[in-house]
Amino acid sequence: MKISGYLRPDGSIGFRNHVAVLTSVGCANDLALKLGRMYPNVLLLTHRQGCSQLGADNDQTFRTLAGLGKNPNIAGVLVVGLGCETIPAEHLANEISKTKKMVEYLNFLDDEGLMAAIPKGARILEGMMHEASQMTRVPCGMEQLTLGLKCGLSDTTSGITSNPATGIVADMVIESGGRVIFSETPELIGAERIVGERAASREVEEKLYRMVKEFKERAKASDMDLQEANVAPGNIAGGITTIEEKSLGSIMKGGSKTLQGVLDYGEIPRGKGLFFMDGPGRTPEALTGLNAAGAQIIIFPTGGGSPGGSLISPVIKVTGNPQTAQRLRDHIDVDVSSVIRGEEPLEKAGEKIFQRLLKVADGELTKSETLGYGSIAVWNIGLLCG
Amino acid sequence: MDIQKAIMLNDKDNVATLLADVDKNNVVQVMVGGRLMEIRMQGKTQFGHKFAIRKINKGDNVIKYGVAIGQATHDIEEGQHVHVHNVESLRARGDLV
Repeated sequence: MKISGYLRPDGSIGFRNHVAVLTSVGCANDLALKLGRMYPNVLLLTHRQGCSQLGADNDQTFRTLAGLGKNPNIAGVLVVGLGCETIPAEHLANEISKTKKMVEYLNFLDDEGLMAAIPKGARILEGMMHEASQMTRVPCGMEQLTLGLKCGLSDTTSGITSNPATGIVADMVIESGGRVIFSETPELIGAERIVGERAASREVEEKLYRMVKEFKERAKASDMDLQEANVAPGNIAGGITTIEEKSLGSIMKGGSKTLQGVLDYGEIPRGKGLFFMDGPGRTPEALTGLNAAGAQIIIFPTGGGSPGGSLISPVIKVTGNPQTAQRLRDHIDVDVSSVIRGEEPLEKAGEKIFQRLLKVADGELTKSETLGYGSIAVWNIGLLCG
Repeated sequence: MDIQKAIMLNDKDNVATLLADVDKNNVVQVMVGGRLMEIRMQGKTQFGHKFAIRKINKGDNVIKYGVAIGQATHDIEEGQHVHVHNVESLRARGDLV
């Protein structure tokens, strides 16, 4: 089926057309915020990382920030830094420039400080916004879509309606030639073999098991017990019997297709189909990781009405809980509680979500976009070393 | 269309999940492989909880979402509540990765 998007110089398609300021380090956030007051429509991609990090943690932050800048929904990005940080704004800008989109950078401490940087940044942003305003949508196919998936504030309805209905959509996107990324490593615990058995190769399967194992080891090393053999009293009261059932209820949102690859947090996949990305379940980090991996749209099944959104991409909230759909209607995009009332089969619910996905791709705003709800949070996996 | 009070997530499943609280002897309708089945509940069971759509023998896998989510620790009759009192996790046995 045909949808439409903005054609980027590297051939990718954005379903939104944003201009953004991206900070290379948390200390530069203040410049971004000042520029944001002048240009309320510019995305402010501020965060708290970018310095005093080492090794894999530093690499992950760099990869994630670069991925955010590379996301096809972004037409142009101004990277701002101080000049003293571990991740130089110039390196970040160079990496993002590989997409051939509009990229500039500013280091204000190397210059004459924040005040002098404001007009320089403003002029750059003005130029980018002018360019972006002349861009128009072109027809494209589903094969240009990378759909991110995240579930949150799950309840009893999640595993029996919103997650499986979302899984139906995931399958439909893959059948149409697109790509789907699901994440949240802790949610795999107890069901990693079930997903692993669907891997395209032994290599992919082993990588998945290693990833789950490392997550558990990291928790243990910090003296935390993930209680993987236990299901919480709230889950049991709600009808969840085993850890496998609990994990599966979440994994169902990823659909039934072959697992083509396993990604590091914020890693952009190659090829089409279903991918699993390492990452935490905490919403801002999870959504940030998916956007960094290239997701232009995210579907977010929720039982309790999680409000979390993304600055970079539309996040489509789906719930099967009738109370949530009514009470938190300002946050919910698609209500599939008809399945709970026995009025519709899951397949119809899936179709409903898919139709909304097509409209959102074409430009219809989601509730979280209208609210401007979202923040960047880069998953930090190391100690601060400075 | 009749209100269905339970949902099957996969045609391979041997349990269905209730979409409403039900009492003992209530008849629950559920679509199984395109066919509408009617099952008599063996006891009062809550929304979100599972019941057997056919007899499950002790030692058999409990199948939901098309895969094993646990193993029956007792024989379970059709219409009986399937939960922590008659199912154990295969994962918690520690013999898998």
